[in-house]
Amino acid sequence: MKLELRGITKRFGSLVANDHIDLVVEPGEIHCLLGENGAGKSTLMNVLYGLYQAEEGDILLDDSVQHFEGPGDAMRAGIGMVHQHFMLIPVFTVAENVMLGHEETKAGGRLNLDAARARVREISARFGFDVDPDALVGDLPVGIQQRVEIIKALSRDASVLVFDEPTAVLTPQETDELMTIMRQLKSEGTSIVFITHKLREVREVADRITVVRLGKIVGEASPTASNSELAALMVGRNVELTVHKEPARPGAASLVVEHLDVIDANGIKVVNDVSFEVHEGEILAIAGVQGNGQTELTEAILGIQPRTNGSISLNGTRLNGQSVKKVLNAGVGFVPEDRTHDGLVGEFTIAENLMLDRSDQQPFVKGGTLQLKALNDFAEEKKREFDIRAESITTHAGRLSGGNQQKVVLARELSRELKLFVASQPTRGIDVGSIEFVHKRMVETRDAGVPVIVVSTELDEVVALADRIAVMYRGSIVGIVPGDTPRDVLGLMMAGETGVAA
Amino acid sequence: MSDNNQQNTPAPGAAPEPAAASASASAPASASAPASSPAPQPAAAPAPKPDTEAPRSNKILNEILGGSFLISILAVLLALIAGAILIAATNEDVQTASGYFFSRPGDTLGAIWQAVSGAYSALFQGSVYNFRRDSFADGIKPLTETLTFATPLIAAGLGVGLAFRVGLFNIGGRGQMLIAAACAGWVGFSFQLPAPLHITLAVLAGIAGGAIWGGLVGFLKARTGAHEVILTIMLNYVAFYLISYMLRTPGLLQAPGSPNPKSPPMAETAVFPALFGSKYNLHLGFILVIVATALVWYLLNRSSLGFRFRAVGENPNAAKVAGIDVKNTYVYAMLFSGGLVGLAGVSQVLGTVTGGFSGGIDAGIGFDAITVALLGRSKPIGIFFAGILFGAFKAGGFSMQAAEGVPVDIVVVVQSLIVLFIAAPPLVRAIFFLPKPGGRARRVLPNVSKEVAAK
Amino acid sequence: MSVTTPNTPHETVDPVDDGLEKAVVKKWKAPIAFAIFVIISALLFFVARRDGVTELRLSAENDAIKLPSIEAPVMATGIVVVILLALMTAGAFWLANQAKRIPLWLTAVFGIVFMYGFLTWAGADKSIPITGLLLGSVALSAPLIFGALGGVISERVGVVNVAIEGQLLAGAFLSAFVASITRNPFAGLLAAIVAGVLVSFVLAAFAIKYLVDQVIVGVVLNVLVAGLTSFLYSTVLSSNTEAFNTPPRLPRIPIPLLSDIPILGRVLFDQTIIIYLMYIAIALVFYGLFFTKWGLRLRAVGEHPQAADTVGIRVNSTRFWNVSIAGAIAGLGGAYFTLGSVGGFTKEMTAGAGFIALAAVIFGRWDPIRATLAALLFGFATNLQNTLGAIGSGVPSEFLLMLPYLVTIFAVAGLVGQVRGPAASGKPYIKS
Repeated sequence: MKLELRGITKRFGSLVANDHIDLVVEPGEIHCLLGENGAGKSTLMNVLYGLYQAEEGDILLDDSVQHFEGPGDAMRAGIGMVHQHFMLIPVFTVAENVMLGHEETKAGGRLNLDAARARVREISARFGFDVDPDALVGDLPVGIQQRVEIIKALSRDASVLVFDEPTAVLTPQETDELMTIMRQLKSEGTSIVFITHKLREVREVADRITVVRLGKIVGEASPTASNSELAALMVGRNVELTVHKEPARPGAASLVVEHLDVIDANGIKVVNDVSFEVHEGEILAIAGVQGNGQTELTEAILGIQPRTNGSISLNGTRLNGQSVKKVLNAGVGFVPEDRTHDGLVGEFTIAENLMLDRSDQQPFVKGGTLQLKALNDFAEEKKREFDIRAESITTHAGRLSGGNQQKVVLARELSRELKLFVASQPTRGIDVGSIEFVHKRMVETRDAGVPVIVVSTELDEVVALADRIAVMYRGSIVGIVPGDTPRDVLGLMMAGETGVAA
Repeated sequence: MSDNNQQNTPAPGAAPEPAAASASASAPASASAPASSPAPQPAAAPAPKPDTEAPRSNKILNEILGGSFLISILAVLLALIAGAILIAATNEDVQTASGYFFSRPGDTLGAIWQAVSGAYSALFQGSVYNFRRDSFADGIKPLTETLTFATPLIAAGLGVGLAFRVGLFNIGGRGQMLIAAACAGWVGFSFQLPAPLHITLAVLAGIAGGAIWGGLVGFLKARTGAHEVILTIMLNYVAFYLISYMLRTPGLLQAPGSPNPKSPPMAETAVFPALFGSKYNLHLGFILVIVATALVWYLLNRSSLGFRFRAVGENPNAAKVAGIDVKNTYVYAMLFSGGLVGLAGVSQVLGTVTGGFSGGIDAGIGFDAITVALLGRSKPIGIFFAGILFGAFKAGGFSMQAAEGVPVDIVVVVQSLIVLFIAAPPLVRAIFFLPKPGGRARRVLPNVSKEVAAK
Repeated sequence: MSVTTPNTPHETVDPVDDGLEKAVVKKWKAPIAFAIFVIISALLFFVARRDGVTELRLSAENDAIKLPSIEAPVMATGIVVVILLALMTAGAFWLANQAKRIPLWLTAVFGIVFMYGFLTWAGADKSIPITGLLLGSVALSAPLIFGALGGVISERVGVVNVAIEGQLLAGAFLSAFVASITRNPFAGLLAAIVAGVLVSFVLAAFAIKYLVDQVIVGVVLNVLVAGLTSFLYSTVLSSNTEAFNTPPRLPRIPIPLLSDIPILGRVLFDQTIIIYLMYIAIALVFYGLFFTKWGLRLRAVGEHPQAADTVGIRVNSTRFWNVSIAGAIAGLGGAYFTLGSVGGFTKEMTAGAGFIALAAVIFGRWDPIRATLAALLFGFATNLQNTLGAIGSGVPSEFLLMLPYLVTIFAVAGLVGQVRGPAASGKPYIKS
């Protein structure tokens, strides 16, 4: 089926997320929508899928104008979507998830689960998936869950399939398998819209590439275009993909982690026998696909994982078993993975957020009373120093852009005297300018002699920042390699292959 | 909630669509930057400023009309209108007159006016100033009654409101008041001490009782993750049956030689002195709630502990990552909350009902406090005035019942309607054809259904 | 008692092929709770010692088939009961040490044995009418069960229903009023449904449209309904009690044969139509929730509304209508107060039954069958208090009345196993 979007405009209040976007996807074509985080790709696809209503513009399928009141209409018209955050119900089985929304019933209104199971098996057989229709989705690994999403879309005979950032949660090997599936779908005549911000994937699989920036189409490119050409188009200027930094001058081992296990609420060892050390003045990057224990590892260092075995010590002082407060007071700076969820209080002002982790300490508190003058002076200074773009220090943190929010977190953490700096996904979802700023500050922190740990799922970031790289897979460290290790080796390690580093 | 499957389930408490929301907010923010500059500023544009195009005068008007104060006033007005409809509809004269409405509609309207104006003027005269009295000293008595009724409402409202600010919903006012009343009452009737000491001791015992009963909730929540709403509801009943048992058991709280489930009267030395002489009922408790209001204001807005309270209330996850002990904060918050609600119980036994108390000593104040805290938007000053308003309803309600035969229950109806209207500003605006306010919709009521990610 | 329901929260989540190691978790809460009960019974029998013989009457005067009464000597029974309980507790500790779950039947048997022992102890030298005890339990449980079913539906679809109390009270009020003026109890039943739905409409409108915190709306609604019904009771119902507040009571309809079954026959099958409607409601809710399209969608909306939205299910209207259905069921429970038992409305006559129903929802882990059983348990505890009070057993009635609430506190505190509600319950669904 041919999909055409004509002049789609979507506003949120006075903000224009999609500005007169035109897009044509031919039948049996893989059309890549390339753009930075926040460029408006997902908004566009949510308009296409009927989740949002566009203020202007038309959606055409095979040249006839469609009116989608909701996702139900879009699905009936033949549009399927594999969502970035899987739209699966964890406590339902695969078959129940697949049948939801277009259930067949037997006499007495009883659900026809057999039919749904058969449908799952049939589609699985067609693509060589190994999916048990009666498994609970919540128990399945992420890669399999994504296949359930694909089965869900195909079970409704989708002829236009949208993949929204599908590789974010996949290992490089799983990504390759997904590419194969996409080609197979294409050969069956399905039109595919593939949304991503990863240049490599685009060039590998796309037939055509459309680049979106700031809610507008800024150009088309062919798959033969070079990485830097695509990047320049995507960002709107020439981008330095590398970070300028001097070679590290590592000092003594400062953070020592030995045989660390982290056990989650279900009794699963999400971090399994991990040992490593970080030296003063070096950046250790922890690479790996999302969900392989990196989050839990950093949380264990901070002390918010209640069940750990093994030891974490900083300059000889044991950290695990201590309260978060003691860990912070020992000089650990921490940038959490999800800043709106864990890093900031959205309803607090910038100033209040800046004192969040020193809420009972000088100079902000004396005798149990807040020192507002000291806080305001401090906040004004940090606002300048970290170039936080906001009306004033009393602006609520929740109203800042992602990049500025991250600067607030960074300003808070870097303004204490640090013995260790841990940053988890420090540049996720922020604009390029802020990314450069964050990277620069991290290298400066390293050069000041502080050991730095960066957790990132973006290989680009890992390669750009790291002096050494530890790769995690299923809770364990596969290996620790030098910062200049080739990407393909890192990719294999991220898929759990040991022994490739040597 | 395990962390290892966070890829497939959104973290608890997260907004349904955080990714999309933040993406859409940041992109267009830059989109509205000066057009077609080849190289946009390296950093994102400043935070989106809505309504920058709207004329300034318009904006100011919008702020007044969309402001929370106006909504509060209109909500009270709407609730009073609804109350008026109820009063009119159940009035016998109105019913009689409406029987021949089409022949003489004026009779019906007149009857309605009679019923409603009679009731509301009785309400006013029973709560603010009675014009039928000659001297000012007599005329003003209703106002002091209002303040007397407001005293426990403010205290308990502060307790509930404080809990709201920490993200906790304390529906346990009844239980906390009962325990506090029993503690204060026991000290009040059991000992013979000089007055200032006796009062102080009784007050402290009551506050401690309420704090313990509230703190128990905080403790259970912190230790086991049990939801405080369920805990407080259940503990209300536990407290009620516990106090009922003690009140009918000689040697515990029952008055000696009496078959009734009622305590002995308070000793003279434990009773709150009247503020303006024995002619008025207003007692020392009112001074105590003024002090409590000031203390809670300081606690929430100027103290380190209050900062942590608010941080935990707004985002417990971020608070935890910032080294704030969320669990302990819940315990502290419930201790304070229970203590403040306990003060309401104290004010009941030592100030208002000094002749011995029964199982109904809480007089529904624990639940009224929720509406007070909501109307006061969980802010100490707001709660103070909301408490006075609802105190006026109570004082006036009783004289309205006496004078006009309108059951005092109407006050409960009006109170709960006020809160419902306040909760839904769009509804109020739609009724009064007001413009929508600019900017982001602010949360009107506290959100207590969020959870902390269990780790 | 062992009920298998598909898709109730799975306590044991074993990742299929995640390859991650699992640490062995031993849970000691349940066996410790068992041990506490053993100690309580030992204290009762050996410290607060009583002698004599307790008569447990199994049949009433006019039963078709008469069973002889059980004559239980208190001390002997006590020894046997304590030994049995201790054995089961040992078994529970053994299971826990093996990191195995304690089966529901063991808990049930434990509970029954404990209750038998307690009754024997409490009724020393007196006679306890078992049929009457159970009959009263069903009567007291009926509104709780209706309320709990309403709660289950509402929370499963993602709207926390604290307003059960208000729905019951509104149902009681309107059914009394309508049945009185029409002289038709069935019109009263219909009115109760309408009243429950009306309360639900307000709850749904504020929770779904205006995104007000659902718990707060629920609490305020309870206050509103209490005030409104009290006001109207004072002004309207009391003005002419004869005409407005003397509803005809529903007739008992014994079901042939079934009602002649010893003990349970009269308890279950010689009841008014409300009780039979209750059986139907339990069955329908259970079947509907887990085996039909309606239930699948309802649960999807309560677990992950966005996922439901993306497959074309209208989240907010699903919520709205199912909250209304929940109100209808709870409202019907309110009719039991006026048409089924007392026979006239009085101020705040539900007296917290809605909150006990809410407790039953949680204790029953959001499952209609378990919630019904929990409601029965709570009804039993309340009636036990009545019965023991009537025979004068010396157990302070307040402590028995406290029981449902204490049990619930233990339940939510996780002492009887992890309690997990629908994932999206209480969270409004906001679409940009």
